[in-house]
Amino acid sequence: MSVAPQAAESRTHYLNADYGIRSWLLTTDHKRIALLYLVTVTLFFAVGGFLAVLIRLELLTPVGDLVSSDTYNRMFTMHGITMVFFFLIPSVPTVLGNFLIPMMIGAKDMAFPRLNLASWYMLLAGGAITLYSLVTGGIDTGWTFYAPLSTTFSNTHVIPAAVGILIAGFSSIFTGLNFIVTIHRMRAPGMTWFRLPLFVWAHYAASLIMVLGTPVVAITLVMVALERGLHIGIFDPRLGGDPILFQHMFWFYSHPAVYIMILPSMGVVSELVACFARKRVFGYPFVAFSSLAIAVFGFLVWGHHMFVSGQSVYAAMVFSLLSFLVAIPSAVKVFNWTATLYKGSIAYNTPMLYAFGFIGLFTIGGLTGLFLASLGVDVHVTDTYFIVAHFHYIMVGGVVMGYLGGLHFWWPKISGRLYPEGFAKLAALIIFVGFNLTFFPQFILGYLGMPRRYHAYPEEFQVLNVMSTAGASVLAVGYLLPFAYLLWSLRYGPVAGPNPWGAKGLEWETPSPPPTFNFDHPPVVVEEAYAYHGGQEDDVVA
Amino acid sequence: MRFTLPLFPDEASTMAGRVDALYFYLLAVTAFFSVLIFVTVLAFAVKYRRSKHPVPVQMEGSMPLEVAWSVIPLGLSMVMFVWGASIFFSMNRPPRGALQIYAVSKQWMWKFEHLDGQREINQLHVPVGRDVRLTMISQDVIHSFYVPAFRVKQDVLPGRYTTIWFQATKPGSYHLFCAEYCGTNHSGMIGQVVVMEPAQYQIWLSGGAGEGSLAANGQKLFRDLACDTCHRGDTGSRGPDLAGLFGKPVTLQAGNKVVADDSYIRDSIVNPANKVVFGYQPIMPTFQGQISEEGLLQLLAYIKSLEASKTAAPAPGAAPPAAVVPQTRKTK
Amino acid sequence: MSHNPEAASHPALQHHFDSMEQQHGATTLGMWLFLVQEIMFFGGLFTVYLVYRVKYFSAFAAGSNSLDLTWGAINTSLLIGSSLTMALAVHAAQTGRRKLLVLFLGFTMLLGAGFLGVKAAEYHEKFEKHHVPGASFKIDLNDPGQKGFKGVDANNAQLFFSLYFAMTGMHALHMVIGLGILGVLLVKSWKGHFSPEYNSPVELTGLYWHFVDIVWIYLFPLLYLIDRYHHY
Repeated sequence: MSVAPQAAESRTHYLNADYGIRSWLLTTDHKRIALLYLVTVTLFFAVGGFLAVLIRLELLTPVGDLVSSDTYNRMFTMHGITMVFFFLIPSVPTVLGNFLIPMMIGAKDMAFPRLNLASWYMLLAGGAITLYSLVTGGIDTGWTFYAPLSTTFSNTHVIPAAVGILIAGFSSIFTGLNFIVTIHRMRAPGMTWFRLPLFVWAHYAASLIMVLGTPVVAITLVMVALERGLHIGIFDPRLGGDPILFQHMFWFYSHPAVYIMILPSMGVVSELVACFARKRVFGYPFVAFSSLAIAVFGFLVWGHHMFVSGQSVYAAMVFSLLSFLVAIPSAVKVFNWTATLYKGSIAYNTPMLYAFGFIGLFTIGGLTGLFLASLGVDVHVTDTYFIVAHFHYIMVGGVVMGYLGGLHFWWPKISGRLYPEGFAKLAALIIFVGFNLTFFPQFILGYLGMPRRYHAYPEEFQVLNVMSTAGASVLAVGYLLPFAYLLWSLRYGPVAGPNPWGAKGLEWETPSPPPTFNFDHPPVVVEEAYAYHGGQEDDVVA
Repeated sequence: MRFTLPLFPDEASTMAGRVDALYFYLLAVTAFFSVLIFVTVLAFAVKYRRSKHPVPVQMEGSMPLEVAWSVIPLGLSMVMFVWGASIFFSMNRPPRGALQIYAVSKQWMWKFEHLDGQREINQLHVPVGRDVRLTMISQDVIHSFYVPAFRVKQDVLPGRYTTIWFQATKPGSYHLFCAEYCGTNHSGMIGQVVVMEPAQYQIWLSGGAGEGSLAANGQKLFRDLACDTCHRGDTGSRGPDLAGLFGKPVTLQAGNKVVADDSYIRDSIVNPANKVVFGYQPIMPTFQGQISEEGLLQLLAYIKSLEASKTAAPAPGAAPPAAVVPQTRKTK
Repeated sequence: MSHNPEAASHPALQHHFDSMEQQHGATTLGMWLFLVQEIMFFGGLFTVYLVYRVKYFSAFAAGSNSLDLTWGAINTSLLIGSSLTMALAVHAAQTGRRKLLVLFLGFTMLLGAGFLGVKAAEYHEKFEKHHVPGASFKIDLNDPGQKGFKGVDANNAQLFFSLYFAMTGMHALHMVIGLGILGVLLVKSWKGHFSPEYNSPVELTGLYWHFVDIVWIYLFPLLYLIDRYHHY
């Protein structure tokens, strides 16, 4: 577009179409709802992050001298619950997915706008109840709620936390339901399935998991609450219950849950790589189908969390085999993204830096998953810091990098402003360095045998722990920077045009910020996704 | 802060070398692919940077590449799978003739019971070069027995026995950790496995069996709890004969057959209603909550020691009958 | 989607849909997805029930025997009947017969309420027999109806009843919600909101109601019928 960006204030768009708190709290506009979610998940990230800081501070020394054991146990439990259920699962889908999916498919809104708003309220309600349990004494069962510790022995606020997660779960279910119906029924004319951006495919696959998997953890938590309240013997062996049954039911959701977390971020990476290499994603159908394959296979591998639990050896072998299979589609994505760079025209804008970071860190995190799928090695490293390192590489090195990359990429569209590129690049670098310093030593710690959820540890592990804490402080600085400059840019950032990156995609064919109903005229799609034609598009921001 | 930077754990068991070999294979594959991706991405990012390569070359894909980079990782993974599964299989098949020791875990300590009667808390003495099998149970929540130097770990469950075995290869003192979060003092539930030369171990063994062997204590409990009222071993007794029972198949009321292993015997004491033997009345009362896990282990040791001839009193520290490989993995 | 100005002006067309057709397709898919996740939700309970049914066979068989078959059968016919009246209501809506629609919705509600009444009576009987899980749970072997529990571990029996209450309670909760929705539909039907052109709320409520019926079709045999005549 060669038209100078129109100053946002003189045009009506979704941010200024209506003012007042009611227009936000009762909105049905998917873009406003996305911003409501943005505020909410940022808050939860801050809570979870603060707890992480405390954890790492405690672990500077081998003895438990910062807080008591009980407090420490509450800290890592709440860190896990807040991060998993209230940040990682919602973040990319509810902020970026909500904002972008209708626009990417050429629709005016989600299929069920009021359900969309209700989903936000559910997350809020669930979060409020969980935070209530935090401030009134916390919960100390670990985010995994293993029975009979959670059902019978723990003296903490298990039931409120379980209820909070249950309600947040319904937020997730209804978000996924909304996405699936929207993608099926609301595509603009000419937007066939294979013309969809890969971001949409990824969210579709993640939504399948949200809808099918979450109800199982919901009913499991209901049973934990019932057991705790009424002592009925579902999971307590003294009453005839089976604690391993809890683990099966819990992990049946909680493993697919990690794919709910990673798939949307992978979708972001596809968009970033295509735009900043100026190329159609290599192997588009393979990347699209790999998302579905991950969703399907992801439901079949839950037992790999239970190799030493006492489950049968033969079950363990089946789960191990399937866990190797589920790794292949992820590898396919990484290879295709790399191939997309080949003979591309690559720019180093901040979102692309996050994409590079994702590719590198997800590769390491994913490959360390193979260690865990291997039965012989998993026995040694399960329940140690090796696991902690593995999932943080994927969750933080993967999901959060993708989230930040997407936030930066679509920030001009969302806010109508450009963020300061220098600070943003610096922040990305700091985050990358801080992240690796924090979590790489933990692989070593894990193989050495340091168990997870340990408040105090043998002296010989201290040096590696100090390295990890040092990294965490760098990482914390890295995370504070975007918070600061993105807010700053709302007021002082340069005004953005409709397409500062020269990217392909229906969302870029609207003004920044877009009007409430997205498109003045319903678009008709005539070309494939990522139809870059040799780099002739304008690139206002070099 | 003492500056020690260990980077790799001790190898102190027969299993450790096998696990580490697979680990190094995994490391090699991980390093290879990580470096490959890193270098390729970096190389492309530099070579095709916009200032030097302003016009991208569009390409749709390549079926041969897709096949290659699916099949090759699959092949490498299958090596990992088979290798790992084979190690796991060995880990779950305690060799015959292993030295039997019992463990009871509770919040927040480990209690070990040797057959001869020695009891240890948070410390386990074992001889080097000998297979050791631990049969374990928890008194409360799930714990996990973990010795990093041996590369073995097994969750310890309430209500059900689980088994772990190892053969230590180097004398020394090795960390024992609880590896399943179990509440307040989870990180305090640690100890040592002390591996001794055979001579030292014998000296240690003879040093402290103050309270009689497990089986002898079990016999006493059997009489104190009046088990022998019904389990008399003669015809017409109200309970089945227990002599020579261990390891044999038993037919239950519903007609199904089970093997009388550790868990079966324990279940029969704490939940007899579900283990009524074919042809007998469901009259045995439950002893749930009335006998501690240690007591149950003593009874178990006593019953295991009952030869079919049923006249001999159990010798202290008697090994279980040779024909037995307990199937403690069966879920009852 | 075609941009037909006449269709776009139907009062029930929501602003973000292009046509009634699209709206109908979307809301129908939405309801099916909702029902699928309900299956997963109930599925969790069913899984636990099946695991323990196998594990504690005699306790659960005794539990099944202690449930009243007559009431269960009456409930089954009430619910199947209500599905029939619901289907007839949907048909009435689709053919524009307002009075018939109201009548059949009313009957559906009546039959549904009847089901809940019977359930309440059953629960009451369980309460009197101290079969409600919790501190007051106990098995009375002197009661001839509870002889089947002889030799059964009380914990296992309590587990049966816990699952019985959890499963039928969850089902009943869904029926109460369904009755609420039906009530709203009844009022709207009376006011003439539905027509052959627009009746998807009735149709979708029908889907929901049939689902709740199907859950009962599974509950009834699994809880009441199997191992009914097993004697030891």
